[in-house]
Amino acid sequence: MPTVTYIQANGNSQEFDLELGVSLMQGALDNMVDGIVAECGGSCSCATCHCYIDESWTDKVVAATDMENDLLACVTDPKDNSRLSCQIKVTDDLDGLVVHLPESQF
Amino acid sequence: MESKARCIIVGASHAAAQLAPALRQQGWTGSISMITDEYYLPYHRPPLSKDFLAGTKDLEQILIRSPEIYRKCNIGISMGATATAIDRANKQLVLDDGQRLDYDKLVLTTGARVRKIDIPGVDLNGVFYLRDLSNAQNIKKYTGADKRIVIIGGGYIGLETAAALRKQGNQVTVLEAMPRILQRVTAPEVAKFYGRIHAEEGVEIIADEQAIAITGDKKVASVQCQSGNEYPADAVIIGVGVIPNTELAAQAGLLVDNGILVDEYARTSDKDILAAGDCTSHYNPIYQRQLRLESVQNALDQATVAANTICDNLKPYSALPWFWSDQYDLKLQIAGLSQGYNNVVIRGDIKTSRSFAAFYLQDEKLLAVDAVNSPQAFMLGKKLILQNTPLDPEQLADETLPLKSLLTG
Repeated sequence: MPTVTYIQANGNSQEFDLELGVSLMQGALDNMVDGIVAECGGSCSCATCHCYIDESWTDKVVAATDMENDLLACVTDPKDNSRLSCQIKVTDDLDGLVVHLPESQF
Repeated sequence: MESKARCIIVGASHAAAQLAPALRQQGWTGSISMITDEYYLPYHRPPLSKDFLAGTKDLEQILIRSPEIYRKCNIGISMGATATAIDRANKQLVLDDGQRLDYDKLVLTTGARVRKIDIPGVDLNGVFYLRDLSNAQNIKKYTGADKRIVIIGGGYIGLETAAALRKQGNQVTVLEAMPRILQRVTAPEVAKFYGRIHAEEGVEIIADEQAIAITGDKKVASVQCQSGNEYPADAVIIGVGVIPNTELAAQAGLLVDNGILVDEYARTSDKDILAAGDCTSHYNPIYQRQLRLESVQNALDQATVAANTICDNLKPYSALPWFWSDQYDLKLQIAGLSQGYNNVVIRGDIKTSRSFAAFYLQDEKLLAVDAVNSPQAFMLGKKLILQNTPLDPEQLADETLPLKSLLTG
């Protein structure tokens, strides 16, 4: 199972083995990672699962859809590596992925 | 040292799935048990009328949390059990099999149930309501390509169901008793938009059409209306709203008024009994009135507040309500509550396109936004509502002016 590391805004880091096919959002919820709210349950509706993909991984994750980009344009503190964690599914290629969490989802 | 305190949660809902692990995160070391009359772990309800019904998601994909998390957090779940009474004097929850469970803290996340209609034939095979997973599973057995489906009720559930079933090739007719669909929740312009889209997708919507009987011999055959019209049907789905499950609370003498009354800390009128989600009524400081919300946002946020309260970490609940509805390729996101509006401003082409935003204003105060395939209007709309500064309707409608420029902060 690929390993994914979630790093909080305060620097706290947690590492988990996630099953193939689950989203980074679900992986966070299943492991009680703080900082991912995910109100809509992964339907790309709420932008409360905002995360930053570590710079060294940004070209390995699937590209964002227009809908996701539109939502990301309005999150608090958007950056070039902003993504909605519900839209990225864990694959073997993402083994070792590092995800940074924002200070707030609101 | 492990505490012996016991927390019981009634209902395995969105609120329960949020609350139970949140209690552990907040440091609750006592026992946690969830009582549910269903036979599933907490699942997302919104997909029942969307992806689950359309067959693009299965049960495993709509569970709110994986089974492991309940094990890891040591959360007990009793399925197929119905709570029948609260004995407040002895701090016990009574179940239908006579068991009495001691509690120190009790949380009611009992949700809501469908409003039933009382017309002849509603008990025939092939007539359904849609609220629970088992409802959706049963509906799936009666639907498929070229089946004739009549939906009674043109609210969000009815329209989402229509869209999901249409996707699978069913022939769908929606009957709405009021003069238009979405009467209770949207402006006429938005309702008209949804009428157009459903027509384009091949769903027939008939307003001012009151169903008075369902005919059939054991199995449904048609729906008869007051107008004299009759609609042949292989299945009928009724979606005419929900009623909060407040009986347990009311029988225990807790204050109930269109929902279990809770304060900003999710406490009922008994300090050891809390409540969260669709079953509650609470005061909203943004709209300055009492609200009972039917939404995931409210369930999650209120459950978080309840978990904090139980762990003596009092944080008041104050959130802007929001909702969503997926139909076909349309993603509707609703920020705020429109009740009380006297002006609707449309931004974008509502007449021919599939993307626009409707701003609901009370004079120059923004109350709510319906954003269809316009996530920016939704996100910025939330901020504009909370900003609470007077807005110029002409500026809101002007697509050449970025909405962001209306933010003062």
